[in-house]
Amino acid sequence: MELLTLSAVELGAAIQAGKATAIEAMEAVLRRIEEKEDALHCYITIDKEKALERAVEAQRRIQAGELAGPLAGVPMAVKDNLCTAGMPTTCASRMLGNFVPTYTAEALRNLERAGAVVIGKTNMDEFAMGSTTETSAYGATRNPGNTEHVPGGSSGGSAAAVAAGECFFALGSDTGGSIRQPASHCGVVGMKPTYGTVSRFGLVAYGSSLDQIGPLGRTVEDCAAALEILAGAGPRAGQGEAASGDMPGEGEGSPEGIVPDRRDSTYLYRKDTDFTSALKKDVAGMRIGIPRDYFGPGLSEEVRHSVMAAAELFRGKGALVEEFDLSLVEYAIPAYYTIAAAEASSNLERFDGIKYGYRANDAQELHRMYKQTRSEGFGPEVKRRIMLGSFVLSSGYYDAYYLKALRVKAMIKKAFDRAYARYDCILGPVAPTTAPRLGQSLDDPLKMYLGDIYTISVNLAGLPAISVPCGEDGNGLPIGLQLIGDCFQEEKILRAAYSYEQFRKDGQG
Amino acid sequence: MANIISDETIEYVGILAKLSLSEEEREQAKKDMGRMLDYIDKLNELDTTGAEPMSHAFAVENVFREDEVTGGDGREEMLRNAPARKGDMFAVPNVMSH
Amino acid sequence: MAKDYETVIGLEVHVELATKTKIFCGCSTAFGGKPNSHTCPVCTGMPGSLPVLNRKVLEHAVAVGLATNCQITRYCKFDRKNYFYPDNPQNYQISQLYLPICRDGYVEIDVEEGSEGEKASTHGKKRIGIHEIHMEEDAGKLIHDEWEDCTLVDYNRSGVPLIEIVSEPDMRSAEEVISYLEKLRLIIQYLGASDCKLQEGSMRADVNLSVREPGSAHYGTRTEMKNLNSFHAIARAIEGERNRQIDLLESGKAVVQETRRWDDLKGTSYVMRSKEDAQDYRYFPDPDLVPVSIDDAFLEEIRARQPEFRTEKMDRYKSEYGIPDYDIEIITGSKSMADIFEATVALGAQPKKVSNWLMVETLRLLKERELDPEDIRFSPEHLAKLIALAESKAVNSTVAKEVFELMFEQDIDPEAYVEEKGLKMVSDTDALRRVVEEVIAANPKSVQDYRGGKDRAIGFLVGQTMKAMKGKADPVTVDALLRELL
Repeated sequence: MELLTLSAVELGAAIQAGKATAIEAMEAVLRRIEEKEDALHCYITIDKEKALERAVEAQRRIQAGELAGPLAGVPMAVKDNLCTAGMPTTCASRMLGNFVPTYTAEALRNLERAGAVVIGKTNMDEFAMGSTTETSAYGATRNPGNTEHVPGGSSGGSAAAVAAGECFFALGSDTGGSIRQPASHCGVVGMKPTYGTVSRFGLVAYGSSLDQIGPLGRTVEDCAAALEILAGAGPRAGQGEAASGDMPGEGEGSPEGIVPDRRDSTYLYRKDTDFTSALKKDVAGMRIGIPRDYFGPGLSEEVRHSVMAAAELFRGKGALVEEFDLSLVEYAIPAYYTIAAAEASSNLERFDGIKYGYRANDAQELHRMYKQTRSEGFGPEVKRRIMLGSFVLSSGYYDAYYLKALRVKAMIKKAFDRAYARYDCILGPVAPTTAPRLGQSLDDPLKMYLGDIYTISVNLAGLPAISVPCGEDGNGLPIGLQLIGDCFQEEKILRAAYSYEQFRKDGQG
Repeated sequence: MANIISDETIEYVGILAKLSLSEEEREQAKKDMGRMLDYIDKLNELDTTGAEPMSHAFAVENVFREDEVTGGDGREEMLRNAPARKGDMFAVPNVMSH
Repeated sequence: MAKDYETVIGLEVHVELATKTKIFCGCSTAFGGKPNSHTCPVCTGMPGSLPVLNRKVLEHAVAVGLATNCQITRYCKFDRKNYFYPDNPQNYQISQLYLPICRDGYVEIDVEEGSEGEKASTHGKKRIGIHEIHMEEDAGKLIHDEWEDCTLVDYNRSGVPLIEIVSEPDMRSAEEVISYLEKLRLIIQYLGASDCKLQEGSMRADVNLSVREPGSAHYGTRTEMKNLNSFHAIARAIEGERNRQIDLLESGKAVVQETRRWDDLKGTSYVMRSKEDAQDYRYFPDPDLVPVSIDDAFLEEIRARQPEFRTEKMDRYKSEYGIPDYDIEIITGSKSMADIFEATVALGAQPKKVSNWLMVETLRLLKERELDPEDIRFSPEHLAKLIALAESKAVNSTVAKEVFELMFEQDIDPEAYVEEKGLKMVSDTDALRRVVEEVIAANPKSVQDYRGGKDRAIGFLVGQTMKAMKGKADPVTVDALLRELL
């Protein structure tokens, strides 16, 4: 059996059926890594021996009947901003070059308990700040479709690894599009769940109110299966009080319930996480809105064409597709960069050379030590955002910049609320263009930020969204389709994405 | 460019963010920050009166822990990554010497 | 130099809350562990760690707010206060700026007649306004290493819950400040929200002080004084800072708004400032925590749990126990003392006797050893047993006092101790009679004196008998027996 052609769920089923083993799967992946990694550089850390040991252990437990989940024994890759006990976690920064956590991210722990096997840690933009994986202190990752191009970012290593068969699925994090955009650029599926669906404990924070962990896979089904496990089986009682009426499970459990050993205050312990049951090939009657604002200047003709063709396919299968004005789209980027930079400037203060990570060794005075450590430990893009964030929070500017951005965020959320009164899903492009060539983006940061225009407002509004491949440009580089749902409506976008994926497969026959 | 970032501002931000910049980096930072702020100023086109600043996209409240000890002796684990330690403590440059 | 100045003082009081665990993680708050033994990824600021609020902290903060007549903020949030320092592992402190848990309260202090503050009310009472109370986390401890000329960091205290009580600038003298602090301490101790020990740092006060000419409508420029860890240091620092500011003004200089650190050994203060401290904390709502919304039910729950405060207790002691006002004043002046009193009485001891042991022997020993009532170690059970021994005349008063002293130091069981050491009085009257007869036979001179009308001579004979009995006799019984036999 050619294992690498299987999806993660197919592989999991084959392992359960005894047709393949976790060890064979890991060996196949490691061989692929051997072949391709020099050209692509998807990973920062791989320990092949340990990965094989983990696969052996998983296989033993599968055979002992202890592990029976859909992803048991399936090799996966983990973005290097998710803490892994005993394995370096660098955030692609010199700052954390030697950092080995003593704890594992809660989300990843859920997957490991379900039997998924970690291969290694994938490359990314430093501290997830960037859209190309070129700000990594450990060198850029290349797009498997064309190695002259970037894989997108910041979860570029994870997306490229999935596309190249260097893993069966991967974890990423998405603060402003960091899962969806590289998935789009690499031709794989990437999903950002509703804010609060997955615990952030152990995810090295960039913008805490925007960050969310999610899966990247070759199929929609793989993403649904992985997300179901990532979200964890929520305890029956107590996720705090939902103040708005749209929270699932409101009124159930104790009003001020306390989850034992709770580690993330923003983690919702959702009960409605049976995502795989949403995978139905049927969009008849589904109301899909296409924001006209997403098809303005800056969008490449090829991307526009592919996305519109996808919309037509939905319409052809019975979905009610119409265009509408979402509004405020051009304000999402300035609001996002203000909020994300402000939060990042505070989140990254803990990197000071005292408790872990890099320390400039010749500084004898405290503040000089701080400054040297941070100036040498962080790369230019990270410094740029830390400085901007420190400035917008500083005395005299807080109201004008930070609070203003939070007000705009509220307005953007309202605009989505209005849209979801009419539509089940919003459909649009993921990024204005296909993957740029290496070395073309970093010179002009502002231009790079503009590439996030279709993904960023999703994070501001806390919505779930998924990127699925919908075509290629003239150079064979993939184009992604984005489906955005209302908060807690993962099932709707999963159904739409799954149906589209299947229809497209049928069409390609 | 509407926002001109002065040397003093960059110096001040450097103190807040604990970053020291070379001459070249400083000039670049002034330019980058000025451009970003010009861009962010776009938000001023928008009348946000009546919009409450929103920290989280939806309102979850009252998330608590019980007052029960769950941690054991974390010494070794917490000190494992320390760039400098002495005994069971983190070592830093003398804070009293300025 | 003949000018008169008024001192204007506001206080920022930090109180360490009596919880088992830290404010945002499950690490123990216990004192005395090895350095960094009470730490986890959260309280050492490890990458990816996140805070979750300890419910008990909120309960304590609301309880203190209610007891100090504050408005409770029904929707409150936590903010990050950003500044770099090694005792602060995240380089931001989680605190509350924009929506603190309590606001606009006051406590009443007793002031001497004639001191007329602007908010003075009747009967020598004065209200000290409380601007706000907020919840926050404590910092770690820095230890200077002389040998290696470096600083060492221990995060055991990092994340210990604090409330900061910020007063209005309503105090005018060191006496008022101390009276305010004592009042706060008592309220908080009664609530069980903290033990409020200044020396151990579980209560800390920063003093904001300015001076102005009496009658002036404006406040002068104020300074903030830190590192005050006793009432004595606070009084001295106030005096010192007042004089420093007056000297500045008298010599035509201006007071600079700054933070100063008090050196109690030298009796002076110095400025804490460097170019690297911008004092721009960039507060913003902590996105890792969710807001706290307080409903009526929660408030009622806390209110229902509020203990009997001092005034109520004083009234009850008067009617229920009938002990003197002075005793009531002293005993209710400390929550620990009142607790021991009530527990001992509940075990059956007579209130007046319990009060006597607390008022005389206990206070004497506390004073001798420079301890606070909070340091009392003996249990109510043992005090009750000792009182029973003394009342049943099983031991005489001298022995009882000796046993009490040991009990004060080591909380020994007085019953077991008296038994073990054979200190019980000899109740066998025949045996005692024999000894008395021997004493009479051995001291003919004194017997003669007594019979000759010198009543004092009997005292000597009692003493001789007690000596022969090794103290294990009741002197009153001995006295009676002597008179009978003579």
